[in-house]
Amino acid sequence: MAETPAAPSAPIATAPVRVYRHRRATRIWHWINAATLLILLMSGLMIFNAHPRLYWGEYGANNDPAWLVIGSTPDSGYLRIGSLRVETTGVLGRWTDAKGVEKTWAFPGWATIPTSYNLADARRWHLFFAWVLSIGLTLYMLWTAFGGHLKKDLHVRRGEWSPRHIWHDIKQHARLRFPRGEEAARYGILQKLSYIGVIFILLPIMIATGLTMSPGVNAGAPWLLDLFGGRQSARSIHFIAAWALVAFFFVHIAMVLLAGPVNEIRSMVTGWFRLPPERGERA
Amino acid sequence: MTSFTMPRRQLIARVGGLAATLPMLSACDAINEAPAVRKILSMGEEMNRASQRALIDRNALAREFSRADLSPIFRANGTRLPAGAAYAAHAASGFADWRVAVTGLVTRPLSLSLADIRAMPQRTQITRHDCVEGWSAIGQWTGVQLSRILTAAGVKDSARYIVFRCADRIGDALYYESCDMVDARHPQTILAWALNDKVLPIANGAPLRLRIERQLGYKHAKYVTGIEAVASLDGIGAGKGGYWEDRIDYEWYAGI
Repeated sequence: MAETPAAPSAPIATAPVRVYRHRRATRIWHWINAATLLILLMSGLMIFNAHPRLYWGEYGANNDPAWLVIGSTPDSGYLRIGSLRVETTGVLGRWTDAKGVEKTWAFPGWATIPTSYNLADARRWHLFFAWVLSIGLTLYMLWTAFGGHLKKDLHVRRGEWSPRHIWHDIKQHARLRFPRGEEAARYGILQKLSYIGVIFILLPIMIATGLTMSPGVNAGAPWLLDLFGGRQSARSIHFIAAWALVAFFFVHIAMVLLAGPVNEIRSMVTGWFRLPPERGERA
Repeated sequence: MTSFTMPRRQLIARVGGLAATLPMLSACDAINEAPAVRKILSMGEEMNRASQRALIDRNALAREFSRADLSPIFRANGTRLPAGAAYAAHAASGFADWRVAVTGLVTRPLSLSLADIRAMPQRTQITRHDCVEGWSAIGQWTGVQLSRILTAAGVKDSARYIVFRCADRIGDALYYESCDMVDARHPQTILAWALNDKVLPIANGAPLRLRIERQLGYKHAKYVTGIEAVASLDGIGAGKGGYWEDRIDYEWYAGI
């Protein structure tokens, strides 16, 4: 070879290394999905308000034992899970709206779509955006599986499964020591497991349990009832999985804030991510 | 109930009053009220209807349960006792003079008594009732398949919907519901007169209620007085095919 590219003699400390971290499909789906999940959550809370009780099994109504209830007494609001009862006056079960009127719906108006009790409209929002979620997720799962995202970014390599490696990543997170330099260009094991968990487990569970609540779908696919243990169990799992997604959201936001919100958010808009310099290097 | 039936204009006015204190919330509700938004959102209903009709066998049966699965108490909802002297008189006489008129696009209009209906072949099914609110109850229903009544009346090919007229008045109008011919002719769609081996209680729709097992509870018209075959839902009520559909915009297709 006549010429070999000259190896940089010294890293240029002042120029941050930029990597193209998120491809367009990821960025588009991320933001559509973020808005969609927010609408589904808020309209879902309104739908829950129509019957703020959860059951296990096939049936469940007011006279049947509920494992979760959000209710009210004449002067308080409460959340009951099993035999554990928590006073939630002001937030759940009994709260005051913006006009100072006391309400006894389970979730308060600021958390629901629409803001006042309206089951019909909440269902319109929920059942439209359920399609947006389902179509978007299906396309993204296919793109992830066949477009290289799974293999390149999310695939958990053999060494990463070792408990030592996972424990190390947990400790690093707990100490808020995030990967720097080249290592920051790749997902850690906890990131991989969370993203795989959301895309391939939690969101499909949301859709499947949602469909299991449909009497029409029940007739065509009765196996869904067996899979989730009945319609009311499916409704309970739908509720639990929704809060698991909310928990993911809060951890996700915390990580973005701790890892550098401008860089993180910019990378999910433009695709380009600036690698944080190695420790000891000057930024 | 009052919050249900509050006219949109009043709702908008109320929401508007919040504007000063809660711009975000009222902006959300303004979006919710925008006609274009409502039109887009209602596409979800059509997608659900079209996909269920396309992907699910038209005669696929709702799951039937055993007696061991029955809800200890079958919850009643909506009207629990129709108002008025006429209904009270029917109830007092054990509904001996109750008639169901079968009219519209039929070659042989009928007026069926309960005795007529009980003399027809009967179907008993233990099914799950799903309220739009979220609860479910399992009950055993006995009655005549609607398809038998439609055949007896000779429903014309031009009929596209079956409208169910009811005796219970909510506010200013009588309850009514409707379904397409697929659900009307479905083997589990019955006019039930018995619940859990007893004559149908008044709270559950005595003397006759519709069971339309692949849709939500508000489609299961109670206190049925009339079955009408029509080509279009225009001109019936406000044209959306049901009491709640007309008033608060519940989906006409309630298969989900």
